[in-house]
Amino acid sequence: MKILVCITHVPDTTSKISFTDNNTKFNSNGVQYIIGPYDDYALARAVELKEQSGGSVTLLNVGGSETEPTLRKGLAIGADEAIRVNAEPTDAFFVAKQIAAVVKEGSYDLVLMGRESIDYNGGQVHGMVGELLNMPSVSPVMQLDLEGDTAKVAREIEGGKEYLELKLPLIAGCQEPIAEWKIPNMRGIMTARQKPLKVQEAVSDETMTSTLRYELPPPKSGVTLFQPDQIKELVDALKNEAKIL
Amino acid sequence: METLTKTQAIQGGEFLIRETEARDVFIPEEFSEEQRMMAQATQDFIDKEITPNIARMDSMEPGFMPALLDKAGALGLLGISVPEAYGGLGMSFNTSMLIADVIGSAGSFSTAYGAHTGIGTLPILYYGTEEQQQQYLPKLASGEWKACYCLTEPDAGSDANSGKTKAVLSEDGQYYKITGQKMWISNAGFADLFIVFARIENDKNLTAFIVEKSFGGITMNEEEKKMGIKGSSTRQVFFNDTPVPVENMLSSRGNGFKIAVNILNIGRIKLGAGVIGGCKETVTHSVRYANERRQFGVAISSFGAIKQKLATMATRIYATESACYRAGQDIEDRIQSLIDSGMPEAEAKLKGVEQFAIECAIMKVHASEVLDYCVDEGVQIYGGMGFSAEAPMERAYRDARISRIYEGTNEINRILLVGMTIKRAVKGEIDLMGPAMAVGKELTSIPDLNGKDTTGLLAKEKGVLKNLKKAILMVAGKAVQDFGAQLNDEQEILMSIADMMIEVYAAESALLRTEKLISMRGETDCQQQINMAKLYLYMAVDKIQAKGKEAIVSFAKGDEQKVMMMGLKRFTKFDAYNVKELRRSVADYLIEKNVYAF
Repeated sequence: MKILVCITHVPDTTSKISFTDNNTKFNSNGVQYIIGPYDDYALARAVELKEQSGGSVTLLNVGGSETEPTLRKGLAIGADEAIRVNAEPTDAFFVAKQIAAVVKEGSYDLVLMGRESIDYNGGQVHGMVGELLNMPSVSPVMQLDLEGDTAKVAREIEGGKEYLELKLPLIAGCQEPIAEWKIPNMRGIMTARQKPLKVQEAVSDETMTSTLRYELPPPKSGVTLFQPDQIKELVDALKNEAKIL
Repeated sequence: METLTKTQAIQGGEFLIRETEARDVFIPEEFSEEQRMMAQATQDFIDKEITPNIARMDSMEPGFMPALLDKAGALGLLGISVPEAYGGLGMSFNTSMLIADVIGSAGSFSTAYGAHTGIGTLPILYYGTEEQQQQYLPKLASGEWKACYCLTEPDAGSDANSGKTKAVLSEDGQYYKITGQKMWISNAGFADLFIVFARIENDKNLTAFIVEKSFGGITMNEEEKKMGIKGSSTRQVFFNDTPVPVENMLSSRGNGFKIAVNILNIGRIKLGAGVIGGCKETVTHSVRYANERRQFGVAISSFGAIKQKLATMATRIYATESACYRAGQDIEDRIQSLIDSGMPEAEAKLKGVEQFAIECAIMKVHASEVLDYCVDEGVQIYGGMGFSAEAPMERAYRDARISRIYEGTNEINRILLVGMTIKRAVKGEIDLMGPAMAVGKELTSIPDLNGKDTTGLLAKEKGVLKNLKKAILMVAGKAVQDFGAQLNDEQEILMSIADMMIEVYAAESALLRTEKLISMRGETDCQQQINMAKLYLYMAVDKIQAKGKEAIVSFAKGDEQKVMMMGLKRFTKFDAYNVKELRRSVADYLIEKNVYAF
């Protein structure tokens, strides 16, 4: 069983978000980076599957050399090797193209990633990779078990769950509770440096989008409290101030 | 890579008479990616397992703390200092300090962790025979067994060597029977292994033993009702003819007190590191609360009175952290050089720490008092909510208090650190007398009005620091001259000298860290660190002036007193900064980052 886990290198969830260059670029100054939380679940499940039925886990990230600490953390958590495609992850299609090339080259049985990254939250990459490789792609996957070359998958749908059975190879966009996220142990951290981290160049520079500008949401405004006997005032405010009635 | 070789290695206590180069100190910003990842994994462990379960931990839910230690063991956190041959990771001294630092924010767990990995495990690691190490260390490093340390007794606290617990050799000479009462034993409730100090016959000094719970004859009182660290198990332990095989004696007969002292040296600097995480978390909570809490229509973080507190908290943390890792690296370097010269590893580690016992005591006192300052101001920033058990400050305030008491009270440590310094000077290990006499001469000479070149960045501050050291040499030198061996009875004067030494070490460490950081990142990116180094120096000058005066008027008389007071004035001369602006700048940075960000 060869598992590929695609991880994103994203700002810590507590980061203050700001932009530079006329609101066209994310300001990464002073920002701490982490493995995308959804990718963390995917990686945790991959490590569990490897522990259960053997095989190998390869990590993949599309990004500059600054993402290597994030890859090494993944290696510390239990992946066997890592690949970094040395390119800016400009948009979902560009990233999907890189992943597809790696999957094809490495003949992976299972490709896991988060349901979406937590920086741009596109949630498109798994679907695109599936299309590019003509492989089934499922998301958001909350449960994933293997029986031979069959995957049994539970997927979250509006108001309930959908249970699927699919043949490998398969691409899955994961979310909790597919596995409990793992903290790397100290020995894992010490051995991460000895595990292979291969850097390769991008296979194509094709992108489909370009960013015009970013905008922050308006700051939260104050709250007006109304007592139960102030229904009239509440309706007035909704009509005249909030203008939503 | 740094290619400059270090200048000649510094001796413990030598900071008083020697200028240290910035390139010769280690600063926390130099931790490797691997060490940072270890610290982050430790923080993740706290965030995942402890923070959401604080109430369960502090209510002493049965089995909760040992289960936490099991999880920490699985992550490798219990074997950081244990060599790989015994199932540990064999990491460096400063790495173990870094992990203790992060765990410092975990309240009661921090105590349980320190008791197990420090005083519980280290005696075997440093003094155990090969058989003892093979037998016990893997179990302790994995967390399969939990350890505790039984030194204190109802009538033997600070005076630890006066313990009454007895160890009597059996008639067949196969085992010792231990009988006695031990008190304030952390981890006692669930420990499998007890390091026990007892007296054989009428020996002058105690002997240490490794006692397994399964040996029998061990009973305990109920859990103590404590002010803080409520989740940590603390019990009285009674040994009633507990049979301990003779091969479980640790080191040799009568060597127990030495073990206790040496292990405490390590415990002290580890405690210094072990409160830093708590200090930083207190600032983070405080700044977040101050940013959220609105009064008079604005966030209270916009008030100068709050900014002043935030900046002072951060400044003190910056200094204590700088000093702690500086001393940690000095210890580590010494250990390595002893190993390189052929000394066995365990002995080298002990000797390395012993060499810097003065700095260990300094760090224990300084860091625990920084923590106390931070939690006190944290409560104040929270206002009414600070006093409420629903907000985190109330627990932090209670939990912090023990740090000034255990691992030797701060009073004992103050007295010890001056005593050790004087002893080293008398033995000729560090030359205090020469510089002290030079200062004496300088006192009666005309001040050098030409002044020194103070144009470089932090050059003025370094000049001030040099003079502060002279102030200490003047006061300490005269006190030794006047009292001789009787100085031991003048505890008030010893405490004043200790405070002066502590402040100089902390201020110097903050300055050196800043200077080194500037060389790594450039001045523009170190503005707040520069501000904090200056602010700390400002506070240190103030305190050294006050403590110096207190000491001088306590023993010097007449003209001599006058000369010394003038000397003190000269050696603490300082063109003060606009500290309001410096503090505002530091505080504004914290407020913007919404977190302790140094």
